[in-house]
This record gives sequence, C-alpha cells and structure tokens, in this order.
Amino acid sequence: MEAAEIYALVRARFPDQVVEIVEKRADPYAVVDPHAIAAICGFLRDDAALAMDCLNNQSGVDYKDRIEVVYHLFSYSHRHGAVIKVRLPRDQPALASVEPVWNSANWMEREIYDLLGVTFHGHSDMRRILMPEDWPGWPLRKDFVEPLEYHGISTVRESPIIRLDEKKK
Amino acid sequence: MPLLNTLPDYVLTTRTDEMINWMRKSSIWYMLFGLACCAIELMHTGGPRADIERFGATPRASARQSDLMIIAGTLTLKMALRTRLLYDQMPDPKYVISMGSCANCGGLFQLAYSVCDGVDKILPVDVYVPGCPPRPEALTEGLLKLQEKIMAERWLARAPRADSTAQA
Repeated sequence: MEAAEIYALVRARFPDQVVEIVEKRADPYAVVDPHAIAAICGFLRDDAALAMDCLNNQSGVDYKDRIEVVYHLFSYSHRHGAVIKVRLPRDQPALASVEPVWNSANWMEREIYDLLGVTFHGHSDMRRILMPEDWPGWPLRKDFVEPLEYHGISTVRESPIIRLDEKKK
Repeated sequence: MPLLNTLPDYVLTTRTDEMINWMRKSSIWYMLFGLACCAIELMHTGGPRADIERFGATPRASARQSDLMIIAGTLTLKMALRTRLLYDQMPDPKYVISMGSCANCGGLFQLAYSVCDGVDKILPVDVYVPGCPPRPEALTEGLLKLQEKIMAERWLARAPRADSTAQA
C-alpha cells in the first residue's frame, strides 16, 4: 500500500485527530494530535489492511519553537511503511507512551526522554538511559548549555593550538 | 670484592630495588577493561601476533588483581566516575596507560557534552599512547615504556633529609 492510501485510511478512522498530511516529499508523513497517538498507533498495528507490526524508529526533534516526536512504522506482512509525527510544546512536553503497542518503544522513548525531556505517560520505566541519573537538563535541546564541571571533573579543555600560538609570542 | 669472588657460581647478586622492579615489570597484569573501539586493538595486542604476554602482561578480570589499567576508548563523564572507582580498587603499586586520542584528550569527541576530555582529569597517567586507534605495536611500545619507568623506580632509598645540604 502506498503511503497516501495509509494516511487516507487513518484520516477516515480519525477525522479530527489527523492534523496534517504532507505528501509532496520523498518521505511523506502525517501529523496527528498527541492526545490520540496511542489510539492511532493501536489502529495502525491492529488493522488487517495496515498491520504495522514494527516500530522501526522513534525519535525526537527540537525545532526551537516546538518539539516533534517521529514514528517510523513498517509492516513486514504488507511490505509498506508510514511516518507519523506529533507536535508538542517545548515547555514540559508529554504524551502517551506507545510501549503497550510496540515493546521496542521502551528504550527509544527513554532515549527521547533522556535527550529532549519528553515525558511518556504509561511507560513502564521512565528514566534516563544514556546520561547519568543526576545530569542537569536535556542535551539535545538547542538551548542546552553544557555545565562547566560534572562531579568535580572539568568539561573544558584548553586548545593546544591556542597554547602553541601563545608560546610563539 | 673478595666476598664476591668467594661465592659459588649459583649465587647471583643484585640490588634489592632492581630485583623488586624486575619482578614487577615482568608481571604487569592489566585489567580487562575496554571502553570503545580501542578495546578491539587492546584485545589484538593480547592476541597471538603482538602477544604482550611475552612481557609478562596478562589480562585479569578483576581490578583487585590488576597492576595496570589501560584506558582503551572514549571516556564518558558517566563512565569517568566508575573508572575512578575501579582505579581506587586496584592495589598499589598501580599504573595507567592512556590509549588513543580519546583517552588522551577527548579526541574527536572532546566537544561533545557527554565526554570527559582526557583521562588525566580523573587519574594520574603514566604513559600516553597516541593514535586513533593505536596499532598493537604502538600499545606494545607503550607497555615497554612503562617497564622502563618501573625499572627506574627506587623503593628502598631514603628521601634526602631536608637539612642535609645545610650540614654539608
């Protein structure tokens, strides 16, 4: 099934929850309402014509004015895929977890939480996955400022090139 | 001198410091501990071709049995605290080889938010091995440099008294 047909099916089932469908791209996507993401993903997986049994990738993007969570879906039985996006406010972004739909979302949602600070309700283990537990802030946000030290370890290193230039003077 | 000549052939004489150092340098047990891609070269160095077991260096699974810690790979800030803990668990005398650009100064990743740029910020380093990653030959040379360093150590010599020059 082509991506356009998939999004048409989703829009027919959720007419009010599909915000936008962008097709004139190499990788067409549909933007949906964050409140309906769990229901839409459940529909995409369980509908016999769609049967999206694989969450290929789930990622987050910081667009400075908003944060987007992107779902790349694939169906092994039908050999087709779809991209679903959700737009969230930058101030305390939160939405429902899709871990009950696809188990593989567990670590990917933890990573999005870790690096962008998006909270997923209904996730079984919502804590940081890569950064230390006591890390301040969300490193992949555009306005993230790196702390000057972490547990007494300085995070700044003098450039050897600058040091060499000063030596020459 | 006359005493030396009276000793039988099977008696060898040496200085205590040199014997201690010789024994230590001939059994540098390194911790089996890798952080990133340098660890692959570290494994290769312990393998049959470079074979640093020729020099008495053999991998140990526990920090408590190790004399040498080879920092092989990118040290993240999260791992830095754990590395320090492992170092503290090693018995004295202990040595550290910083292997590769990442361990030396953060290398390619030194501007990243999660990387500790240089293992010398948390541990005293004895030998720096440059390279990205260093070849097994380079790490072997690093080990030989460490052996030279160990041979130069003095354990029994008393520190000169502070007022020794005043008396003389």
